[in-house]
Amino acid sequence: MNVQLNGPGGRDMPGQPGGTEGGTPTAIRAARVRLALRGFREGWGIFVESKIGVIGLVVIVMFALMAISHPILMATIWDEATYDPVTGYAFDETEQPAAPSWKHPLGTDPLGRDVLSQLLSSTSSEFILGLVAATVTVTIATMVGAVAAYYGGIVDTLIMRLADLVVSLPGLSLLIVLSALFDLNLFMLALLIGILGGFGGSAIIFKSQALGISVKPYIEAARVAGGGRFHIILVHIIPNLLPLSFLYMMFTVTGAIFSEAILSYLGLLNIRMSWGIMIHTANTAGYLLGGTSYWWLIVPAGASITLLCSTFYLVGRALDEVANPRLRRR
Amino acid sequence: MLAYIARRLGQNLVTLFLIITLAFFLVQAQPGDYTSVYSQDPKLTPEAKAKIQADFGLDRPLGEQYLAHLRNSFTGNFGISFGHYPRPVLDVILERLPRTAVLFLTATVISFYIGFVQGKTLAWRRGGPYEVSMTVSGAVLSTVFTPWYALMMIWLFAFQLGWFPLGKFLDPLLWRDAQVSADYVFNRMLLTGGAFAAFVMAAVLATRRFAGGGLPLPGLPALPWGPVVILLGALATGAAWAMSGVGHLAWDIVEHMVLPIFTLTTISFAGTMLLTRNSMLETLREDFVTAARAKGLPEKVVRDKHAARNALLPVATSLVYSLAFAIDGSVIIETIFSWPGLGMTLLQAVRGQDLPLVMAAFVFIGIFALTAHLVADVLYAFLDPRIRYS
Repeated sequence: MNVQLNGPGGRDMPGQPGGTEGGTPTAIRAARVRLALRGFREGWGIFVESKIGVIGLVVIVMFALMAISHPILMATIWDEATYDPVTGYAFDETEQPAAPSWKHPLGTDPLGRDVLSQLLSSTSSEFILGLVAATVTVTIATMVGAVAAYYGGIVDTLIMRLADLVVSLPGLSLLIVLSALFDLNLFMLALLIGILGGFGGSAIIFKSQALGISVKPYIEAARVAGGGRFHIILVHIIPNLLPLSFLYMMFTVTGAIFSEAILSYLGLLNIRMSWGIMIHTANTAGYLLGGTSYWWLIVPAGASITLLCSTFYLVGRALDEVANPRLRRR
Repeated sequence: MLAYIARRLGQNLVTLFLIITLAFFLVQAQPGDYTSVYSQDPKLTPEAKAKIQADFGLDRPLGEQYLAHLRNSFTGNFGISFGHYPRPVLDVILERLPRTAVLFLTATVISFYIGFVQGKTLAWRRGGPYEVSMTVSGAVLSTVFTPWYALMMIWLFAFQLGWFPLGKFLDPLLWRDAQVSADYVFNRMLLTGGAFAAFVMAAVLATRRFAGGGLPLPGLPALPWGPVVILLGALATGAAWAMSGVGHLAWDIVEHMVLPIFTLTTISFAGTMLLTRNSMLETLREDFVTAARAKGLPEKVVRDKHAARNALLPVATSLVYSLAFAIDGSVIIETIFSWPGLGMTLLQAVRGQDLPLVMAAFVFIGIFALTAHLVADVLYAFLDPRIRYS
């Protein structure tokens, strides 16, 4: 959390050339911690001001609790034969899909598996997918953007042309094609989404941000003081890109969850269980146009996807206001 | 301007070359090859397998295969579809491409317009309950799980209310006795649509000149001439189609088209709306807006003529970058609505392991995206002279 909230308060903090004359390393570290804390408090204040961001955070925490609750429930009150999200079968129901009851709060799916158990167990994989994809995207985009901005010239041209190519390719269509050729599992999908995102649009945005940073006086000062290229990129440029990285992680999570759900819905992935697969199951068994009479097959999974995607998007928007002072209301 | 277009066209050709190369190496990198659908049949003798491999040119060295792939791709020879055997892949693609284009173009234009108008209103009335509710519903609409949303639209409007057909391109019962093919009707509809769009534009441009009270001819009454001319044109077009004898068939296609376009529009306008809002908020803080207000200009003029026009630029940039996303959206919508465009073709080919069709559909989706980019870039250069002259 510390990282993004450095935003406005600790903007130039890690790169402060004046820090070296200030005293011992411990004193510098203490000053940095103090600055970071101040930045955190300021950022938090702005974040809390936008109600949307707080609501989003609450929803994310709720989903995280759902993800944690599944292993606990499986270990305590749910027996594996009935409640396993993939191989379980509700022997106590006479016909499948069964309507919600006390034993199965969200009913069972056409194959007799408990819907609530499926919903909860999918939550953690959605989080893993989102986190992996977001981390990969942001790592690549930060590095590539910083390098392109700092070196310029042919490196910049190559990276930006590659980014243009990736941006103009419809990513989902490419993933559909890839799923025809390869056996995609959750981790590979996360990597692919991360790589596509990292070399695509985010790289362009990170580069333009890094360009703004690389002409700041403290970069010049670091260069005059004899800082090497890698030192300047790693210690001075990248830390200042971090607020933006955090923001883009949010947007990537939305994209990743969305892509996974659609590919699973189309039945193109090799994943055991996910929200998309739940809708896929309901669809292939022909319950989707049953309207409200089989709502538990569609609504929980569909609403979860929509809710989690839009929540990450809204939190990203709220963070945008923290990281980008121009958007704030004065 | 021409030099700019030429430069962008050159870049697009390079990108197209890269996409075709990517398509080739993706197929190379996968386990198996084009023939694995057939050659895994245990009844085949080794000689027959070798024969199939040789027919596909898979026994030749990689470099030669690649050159052949490039030559074939640029001459439009994508082979013969496995799933639509014995139709050539290009034939299938060319039949479906216009259907995607119509879906995508109409939805993009409408959603951009609605998004822009809504976005500037939102920024103008910042902080009210209207803004909060529109922002939240916009975020929900732009992140809603598209297949689910599309299915709900079908369920509500087509199944429960019965206003529209349940997906597909046409009603087979109606077309059983038809003397013409669907492509014949559809291509003429496309031409009509293009001509009508040009007509509307011309009418708007021509009548805008005498909107301020001046009339083209002294004897004419003071009517809102723009809408009147457009309405007359629409009536004439409708009448021409009704007289043509295939009017009911064209109407059938239109009926099938409305719900997918509506669905696609509702999910894609929100992005533009939220962006316009942000861009407009930044513009409203500029000094020239304060100056315009201080001059005593009406609020509507400040909003539409001073702020919104300047807020349009970043939105147009993002439109260029969101095109790929919109194409993905139409792929999904086509699949759900069984709309036989490129997207559904791609998906069916993927499911049937029809590799030649998969790769060709991929290349053509790439070409489609590149063309859309080019058009958007040219429009953008038209809007912002700084791009043109750099």
